[in-house]
Amino acid sequence: MIQQLQKLLNVVDVPADWIGLREVDERTTVRFIRDGHPQSNARAKTFGIMVEVLADGQFGYVGTNDISKKGIQSAAKKAYQQAKLAARYAIHFFNDAARPKAVGSYNSPYKNAFNESSPGELNELMTKGSKVLKVSDKVISTNAFAQIVESKHKFVSSNGSDISQDFLMVTFDLVATAQDGTNINTRSAGGLRGLSRQIGAELFDEEWILAKAKEIGEQAVELTTAEDCPTGTMDLVLAPDQMMLQIHESVGHALEIDRILGDERNYAGWSFVKLEDFGKLQYGSKLMNATYDPTYTGQFASFGFDDGGLKADKEYLIKDGLLVRGLGGKESQIRSGVPGVANFRSSSWNRAPIDRMGNINLEPGNSTFAEIISSVKKGVYMESNRSWSIDDYRNKFQFGCEYGKLIENGKLTKTVRNPNYRAISNPFWRSLEMIGNQDTFEMYGTPYCGKGEPNQVIRVGHASPVCLFKDVAIFGGA
Amino acid sequence: MEQIFNKISDKLYSDLKNDENLTLSLQGENSQYLRVNNAKVRQAGLVNNTDLAFDFIYNKRNCQGQITLSGDYDNDYQRATEELNRLRAEIVQLPEDPFIVLPENTGSTRESKSANGLDIDKAVDALLPIMAGVDLVGIWSSGRIFSGSSNSAGQKHWFETDTYSLDFSLVNKDHKMVKGTFAGSDWDQSKYESYINDAKLKLELMNKKPVKMKPGKYRTWFESKAVADFLSMFSWQGVSEANIRQGSSAFIKMRDEDIKLSPLFSLNEDFRPGLVPRFNERGEIAPENLSVIEKGNLVNTMISSRTAKEYKVESNNASGEEYLRAPKMAVGNLTDDKVLNELGTGLFLSNLHYLNWSDNIGGRITGLTRYACFWVENGEIVGPIETMRFDDTIYNLFGSELEAVGDNVKINPEVETYEGRQYGNITCPGMLVKSFELTL
Repeated sequence: MIQQLQKLLNVVDVPADWIGLREVDERTTVRFIRDGHPQSNARAKTFGIMVEVLADGQFGYVGTNDISKKGIQSAAKKAYQQAKLAARYAIHFFNDAARPKAVGSYNSPYKNAFNESSPGELNELMTKGSKVLKVSDKVISTNAFAQIVESKHKFVSSNGSDISQDFLMVTFDLVATAQDGTNINTRSAGGLRGLSRQIGAELFDEEWILAKAKEIGEQAVELTTAEDCPTGTMDLVLAPDQMMLQIHESVGHALEIDRILGDERNYAGWSFVKLEDFGKLQYGSKLMNATYDPTYTGQFASFGFDDGGLKADKEYLIKDGLLVRGLGGKESQIRSGVPGVANFRSSSWNRAPIDRMGNINLEPGNSTFAEIISSVKKGVYMESNRSWSIDDYRNKFQFGCEYGKLIENGKLTKTVRNPNYRAISNPFWRSLEMIGNQDTFEMYGTPYCGKGEPNQVIRVGHASPVCLFKDVAIFGGA
Repeated sequence: MEQIFNKISDKLYSDLKNDENLTLSLQGENSQYLRVNNAKVRQAGLVNNTDLAFDFIYNKRNCQGQITLSGDYDNDYQRATEELNRLRAEIVQLPEDPFIVLPENTGSTRESKSANGLDIDKAVDALLPIMAGVDLVGIWSSGRIFSGSSNSAGQKHWFETDTYSLDFSLVNKDHKMVKGTFAGSDWDQSKYESYINDAKLKLELMNKKPVKMKPGKYRTWFESKAVADFLSMFSWQGVSEANIRQGSSAFIKMRDEDIKLSPLFSLNEDFRPGLVPRFNERGEIAPENLSVIEKGNLVNTMISSRTAKEYKVESNNASGEEYLRAPKMAVGNLTDDKVLNELGTGLFLSNLHYLNWSDNIGGRITGLTRYACFWVENGEIVGPIETMRFDDTIYNLFGSELEAVGDNVKINPEVETYEGRQYGNITCPGMLVKSFELTL
């Protein structure tokens, strides 16, 4: 296939300074069982080529579903014309250094491939899971959800890039909603479709799924009789599946250099971080070490090269609490002069790449879970995000979780429902008091990160240990 | 693309075997996207994309597929045939689906709305010069969007329209912003330039000294766009009948506890302006005008045919996701010129940001102020406020605290482009509430 893309590149005849073709051939299969019955068995296939050219210092693009020689040549001509017209008003004059030559390949790690004979087996397993979720008559609705994405990306360019990347990504979720009178609560497997990773059919282990379904069903029922989360300023212990969201919103987005350069101000927003903050800003406490790691085996947003051709490497974003590097691909690095990473990514063939998160992880510390809990006199432990909101500068956030436990005098005690907290990013991370060790470290991800104009939704991964934050505003439901 | 859709439809339906049922749904765009930052071009490009979705039913079983069309009939028919055969191979492995609704022929429609828009090669020169001297950031989106639906019972629909929008923010030197969306079908250069110049004037209001607010409850006027931000939440775990039945809707209190909103608040699903196709992905035609909330009473929810079958209620041909496709809120009595006086002392909020249910079942929404949001004293604007977080319930805002509704509806066009450019808008007036809770 890569030879076919190279042949298409060879027929493109426009006087551009650089030409790139990026092909995406992606199949997304959804198996969704609700209340024991099939709700959806769907496969969506998208296939097209992003034709990108550089002329007069400006990139122009055409995303086309016509992949014939004639279609690609026509697309290249139009992209060239768009670049030429826009160049007179360009925000920056680029050269082909923004698209470095890269040759290589990447394949998602997995043991067992999915094949066409598995839909019935998967439906059967998920139907079982859906039924196990209904642990009592209080459970009014159950979901078992699986999304399997098989995505083949190829990239060739006039300066010799030749990249092939094959991804296999799975998202799995189990959800139970339980009701007792007017009290209705929902519990899931990690919130936000958090069980997302690069893996094969080995994820669908029946014993694990059914045990997880039972636990989720029981916790949904448990929440119906739980007290509402108390209100007050107290200590907050976050599980890794909530840390995923915490890292994503108040570290990841804030460090995107295209945001800091103002590209996103009309949509996702700006950032409280300024270009001059890199190397100077104490982002969090000394315990905080955040990395960009597209090399983490099996994590949802691992890859070999970004969509600009930059090779993916692990880099520290925040080291011992100090901000050292931004989330900017080659274009943003050139525009800003700030050190960045390989994160120039697009959602598909029909969108141009922009600065995106990949895997943003919080490195583990030294504390055991027991040590963290025993250090808290009064606080709340929270799992699994269910509500998220943050301002356009990534300052004032409010997050809610599915499941909470009171911490009283160093012990986990009563379950609480509707646990929420709010704070401001910088002081919040500076209040990071304890960070869990490798035993508390868990890997999550989500398919749903929205950004960009035109809008793009992209897959991200976040891994984290359990963390303790001091003196946070915590509260309950309506 | 309409011809290809019709040819593929006819051929596939003639290829079907006994007892096979098929519905085809097409969505496509030929779009220009120009991304602007600081009144300069950041990214420029075109996107041509057409997706054809399959809903296949056989022997009480159901599965779905989707492919990208290339625009070449022979190639696309081959892809479509391969997809149909894949569905045939898969469906026999699946369990029975008790809530299948077979396709019907309830009549066919065709609407095509061409416009005299802005040529793709003229857009840069038409749009950029008037932006000179101001920090403008945003997105120009234009071109044709089209939808088709057909089924093996013989029904066929087609809808296509040419639209454009420049969705933008103007930013002053203190990073205060105002928002604008210039949208339509036929291009008028002078109207466009007037719109941008008016926005520049509004930006001057943001030069007033900012006001720092404290958390607390405030009397508040929401401009139409801010009201639209709240109404958009009704489409997400709100007005869906399935969400209500399955315990994930903020409207459950209205259904189960008979809690009412304010008699000043009425909301309809109104397709009469013709900006949105009335047919859903199954080709079912929605009522031209459906009352959802009438003077505070929940009178209809969005009910798809699948939900109708499962819960034994009557469908109103909502989409499968049961969201509002053409929401229109009824006007009240408060005229624009009296808004500041009626507000007296309080908040004047033009836009909101990043809304989410903080307690879905409780109807509580959190979010933030954004853009032109002001503190007002005795009917006079004092200055723009610093960004504040709010956390309040729809039962307060559209219920007990709602004091007045504006008499002037505004059309807030849909500008999101996640799955491509979208149809539609939220049509609503502004509204005045006695109390709105800021929390951070």
